[in-house]
Formats: sequence, C-alpha cells, structure tokens
Amino acid sequence: MAPLARVRNWLDERFGWDELLAPLRHKTVPIHRYSYWYFLGGITLFLFGVQVCTGILLLLYYRPSANEAFESVQYLMTQVKFGWLVRSVHSWAANLMIFTAFLHMFSVVFLRAYRKPRELTWVSGMLLLFLAMGFGFSGYLLPWNTLAFFATKVGTDIAGQVPFVGHRTMIFLRGGEEVTGATLSRFFGFHVAVLPGLTTLLVGVHLLLIQRFGISVPARIEPEWRALPQEKREMRFFPSFLLRELMAWYIALGVLGALAAFSPWGLGTKADPFAPAPAGIKPEWYFLFMFQTLKLIPAKLGLLDGEVVGILTFSLAGLIWLLVPFLDGTKRTQRLVMGAAMFVVAYMGMMTAYGYVAK
Amino acid sequence: MWRNRSLGAVFVLTITVGLAQAQQPNSCLDCHSALEGELHVTQEQFAQDIHAQKGLTCASCHGGDPSKADDSAMSKAAGFKGKIERAGVPKLCGSCHSDPAFMRQYNPSLRTDQFSQYQTSIHGKRQAAGDTKVAVCTDCHGVHDLRPASDTRSKVHPLNIATTCSRCHADAQYMAAYKIPHNQFADYKASVHHEALVERGDLSAPTCTTCHGNHGATPPGVGSVANVCSTCHVFQAQLFEASPHKAAFASAGLPGCVTCHSNHGISKPSDAMLGTSAHSVCTNCHTQGDAGYKAAGDMQQQISGLETSIVRSDRILSQAESSGMEVSQPRLELDQARDALTKARVTVHTFAAHPVRADVDSGLKITAKAYGEGEGALRERDYRRTGLGMSLVAIVFVVVALRLYIKEIEKNQ
Repeated sequence: MAPLARVRNWLDERFGWDELLAPLRHKTVPIHRYSYWYFLGGITLFLFGVQVCTGILLLLYYRPSANEAFESVQYLMTQVKFGWLVRSVHSWAANLMIFTAFLHMFSVVFLRAYRKPRELTWVSGMLLLFLAMGFGFSGYLLPWNTLAFFATKVGTDIAGQVPFVGHRTMIFLRGGEEVTGATLSRFFGFHVAVLPGLTTLLVGVHLLLIQRFGISVPARIEPEWRALPQEKREMRFFPSFLLRELMAWYIALGVLGALAAFSPWGLGTKADPFAPAPAGIKPEWYFLFMFQTLKLIPAKLGLLDGEVVGILTFSLAGLIWLLVPFLDGTKRTQRLVMGAAMFVVAYMGMMTAYGYVAK
Repeated sequence: MWRNRSLGAVFVLTITVGLAQAQQPNSCLDCHSALEGELHVTQEQFAQDIHAQKGLTCASCHGGDPSKADDSAMSKAAGFKGKIERAGVPKLCGSCHSDPAFMRQYNPSLRTDQFSQYQTSIHGKRQAAGDTKVAVCTDCHGVHDLRPASDTRSKVHPLNIATTCSRCHADAQYMAAYKIPHNQFADYKASVHHEALVERGDLSAPTCTTCHGNHGATPPGVGSVANVCSTCHVFQAQLFEASPHKAAFASAGLPGCVTCHSNHGISKPSDAMLGTSAHSVCTNCHTQGDAGYKAAGDMQQQISGLETSIVRSDRILSQAESSGMEVSQPRLELDQARDALTKARVTVHTFAAHPVRADVDSGLKITAKAYGEGEGALRERDYRRTGLGMSLVAIVFVVVALRLYIKEIEKNQ
C-alpha cells in the first residue's frame, strides 16, 4: 500500500476520515454567467492566510514600544534577509484583502446571495469585514511612523465624538487622553491577539454556514433554471472548484509579489508626538469616503454638531446594511436595496477619489 | 469668612477707583480732539499710549490742570508748559527715564541710561550743538500714542525699526545737508538680514539698531565692524581674528567683514564669492601668482567638489527611494556631509586651504559611503525584480499546469 493511502487508512480507522470528508465530495458549485464572483470569498480567505503567515514572521522582529517600533521595522526592512518582502507582502495583502472583501460583499448584494436561508452567512461576513477594517486601523499604527501616528490621532478623535460613549471609547482605544506608547501597546494587542482570535472564530462560522446551506444560485438565474431545468449546470467543489480557486490564489500570489517588488511598502519617518501634524493627513483608502464626508459636513447642523451627525449617520447606515437580508422581502424592498447598493458603490467610489485629490 | 469679606472689599475698591479714573475730566483732550494738524490728539489715541495706561496724564509732560474746563487749565499758575520744543524733548523724557527710583515703580527691568547714551550718539551730539533736525525721542518712539517696543504696532518694534530710521535716512533731501548716503534702507531691504527678519519673521535677525545701537546710535568704525558682526557670526569672527587677513585689512584701513560682504545690502553668501572667477571677491585684492590667489582657487575647488559629491549621492538615493527602497539611514548620514560643507564654508574665514580640506575630506567620506549604499540599494532593487520575474514564471507554469489538470480530470468525469 502506498504511504499516502496508509496514512488515510490510519486516519479513517480512528476518526472516520472518509465520513468527515463526505459532505465535501457531495458539495457542488453552480455554473452560470456569474460564477466568477464565487472566487472572491476564497481569495479573501487566502489573503487572510498570507496575513497570518507574514504576521507571524514579522513578530519575530517587531518590538511594540514607542521607542523601538519604528527602528525594529526599519531594521527588518533593511537588515533582515527578505524582511522587506515579508513586510511588503503583509501590508499589500492587508489592503488587497479588504479590497476583495468589499468586492465579495457587493457581489453578494448584487447577486442577492444573502436571501433566505443565508441571512446569518451575510451577518457573519459583514462582521468579518468590520474586523478586517479593525485589523487595518490597528495595524496601520504599529510601524509608529508620522502618517500612522496622526491618522490614528484623527481616527480616535472621531471615535471620541460619538455621543455618550465616545470619550470612554477614545480613552479605551488610546489608553489615555493622547496617542502614546500605551496606544501602541493596545493596538498591538488588538492586532495580534483579539482580532485574529475573533476572526478565526467567525471565519469558522462563516465557512460552516456556507457548507450547511451550499453555494447560492443568483436570484436572476434561479427562475431561468426553474423554467429550463436542462440548463442547470454544476461542478463538484472537490476537486474542480477547489483547483480553480487554487489557480486564483496563485494569481493573487503573483500580484502580491509584483506589488512588493515594484512598489515596496514605505516606512516614512518616525512619529514625533511633539511635532505639528503634517498637512493633508489622510486615513487608509478604505476609511477615506467616511473621512472625506465628515470633512465636508458643516461644523453645525442646526443645533447639532455636524461631525456627530455624520458619525451617527454612518453608524446607522452600517447597522441597516448589516440587516439588509431581513429587509429584503417584497419586490419593492428588493428594488430599494438594489438602488441603495448602487448608490453606496457610487458614493464610496466618488468620495474616495475626491478624498485623494482634495488637499 | 474674613478672607471673603476682604476680597469683596478689594473688588469694590478696584471698581470704584477704575470708574473714578475713567470719569476723571480731561479738558486737554476735550479741546485737542477737535483741533487739527499736530495739535490733534484724541481720547482713543491717547488711551493706546503706555504712559496713559500707567496713569500719567497730559499734565505729566505739558503741565497745566486738565481737571479745569476753562482757561485756568493752561495758566502759568497751574504750571502749564505748552508745546515741548524739540530741543527739550530728550531732557524732558530723561527726567523720568533716567531716574531708576521713579522707573522702578512702573517697570523695574527697564534701562535708565537712554538719555546718557543719547548724549554719546551722533544724534545727541548734533542736537547738543544746536541741530534741531536730528532725531529726538519722539521721532522714533512717537508721541501721544507711544507703545512699548514689544508691541508690533510700535515704531521701535524690531519689524518696524528699519522703516522708522528710513523716514529720515532714506530722504535724500533731508540727508543732503549731512552729506551721508541715503540708500541704506533700499540696500537693507534687498539683504539677507531683511529677508530673515521680515519674510521669515525671525526677530533675532539684525535691523539698524542691532549694529548701530539705538539710543547711542553711531556708525561703527572700521576697527569695530568685525565686533558688530561677531555678536551673531561668532565662529567666522574667531577664524578671521586668527587669520592673516586681520592684520592685512587693518594695515590697509579696510573694515573686516564689510570688505567682502558689504554692509547694509548683505546678500546671501555664495561659493561664487570664493575662488578666482570674475564674481569672486578674492580677486579684488589678490592677483594671479600670489599665495592668496592660489589658496582662494584651491578652497573654491574643494568646496565645489564636496557640493557636487553631495548632489550625486543625493540623486542616487532619490532614485533608489523612488523605486521603493528604504534608504532613510544613508539619507540621514548625508545630512552630516551637508554639515561638513557648512563647516567648510565657515572655515573659509581662515583663508587657508589646509583647514578647509580637512572639513571637505570628512564630508567626502560620508558622500562616498552614501553613494555606495545608493548603488547597493539599486542592485538590491534589480535583484528583487529578477527574483519576481522568476517567481512569476513559476506561478504561470503552475497555473497552466492546474488548468490542464482540471481539463484532464473533467474529461474523465
């Protein structure tokens, strides 16, 4: 017997391996004109894996204190063999992961894949997207450079504007009234312990729900297939879809490598808490649409503080977005959700572009 | 309880005194606010005056009794002095400002030697000789709305001093009788000192009084010019003092710094001032074949060599940086080469090639290291790109192989 078959037999005798893998063998993926969108979730998961692996490597050198953080990253990038590659891949993969997570989220909206019985799959996915943004926000500060320092100051200031709980939230995030070494320690803790733990748990739940309910057939395809059952086509998840997904992962790896080699992630200058904030400070691109909106809102809207109104509006919009599957019932609400989704895409795109060109 | 009552009493007393002062009649201003020309003084104008703010009144200088509303306010019996003649202004101001005991009650840190200094100044000497055109206290400080020098609206605030002096010294007609130039202000406005003071807002940058003195204003003599400049340019002055130029300039009757750098119109020094070219100041005295001529050429060549080397290293580091390479450390080191260049430019005031060479050599060592690190960064960039190319070939190979494998297994299904 071949060594691989012997290992398989050994596992099967003890754990019922074949029985465990049976659902995977029976799992199928619908084939239609929108099938390409199915790869986005997998690519996001792959990029999360890259983040975990490169993050562990970065931990070998990174020192989370205001006095040493910048120097440790600088040392890693200039003195450690392939340190530059690990850091660049980590930073680029973080951005690509959030980008593909957004694409995945919008593909689910436009294909209405969140509809019954997949409401909780959507909720777990949305929570994962929020966690990914939390990863981005906490990780951005860790190199302790000027841009990150002031962006974190602005970001936590905004959090501090939330009525009733804002100030306490800001103190909790910063570990005091100001952004200091205490903030760095906290963000490091969130970034390498709290968020990975929660994310791993939620990824597990998300995958379990996908496994339980299967891959959704888009709302537009479903009636076509009902009318013409002979048109219905499927491929086996294992190995056909998984191998195709693997191809997508390889391509993502190539893109990551190219970005790291042609545009290595910069380090900037070490943060100086006593220096004035540089002009035109901006957050990471995925927060830019919110940041730019808050900048455009007048200081006072009637008796209310403009920034507070903006923050509350975004919080409310986020909550409504999280509950979209529960609102998408009648034809009218479906049209409303589609219209809102198109507006959100256009608004985010335009505000992000405006945020980049605005001074 | 007692403390609260005392505080309350002080508060009531302060308000009462304040109201009484505010309501005190001042017949001088009642009339003078309606007069025109130099007799026109308003309540608003006088309220800005530091003397009024300290409780002094018109009568403090002019005598009389402002509390009377009729002609008795300006009677001899009330001690009315009327208009203060220009000749009497310094003495009148000095009657308070030269009295340490009197001045201490208002501003203990204020100097009280202004009048004695004024008497030693060219203005004071001429005034004592009967010249009524020269500046007296009020010409520079103003009158009736006189503000402390720290007030940016004061005529003697550092930002305004040159303009105040220029009111007389840039007036060709006014200066004609004294046979002195009147282009100082125009020259100063084009100078590096004016740029530092007015455009960059550096209040420590020199203005007229920094070099000439204020109350004791006088042109610095040939021998003391270097001392004036050395109050700020310490190292250059020390090197000049120990240089062969010190004795040579003294014997030729040339003022120290001014001979090469000029006085009011000092422009930002450049390397072109050094060497043997047409723009060099060295060739004003040195001619081909003498030791100074050779040293000037040598120093210029060394300094320009270091500058070129810095630019070259900076360029290669920028190239590496724009390719995304991390070169902040060599960039930081290159700043030390710039410091060495600055030091070499100061060392030029030894007027000897050898000490300049020592500074330049230390800078060149740094630029060579930075250039090497720039080259290394570019090599590393190329290595990375080659590595990426090879990885991409491998990735494409795997992707194609996977596609063929999928095709193969799906054919058999």
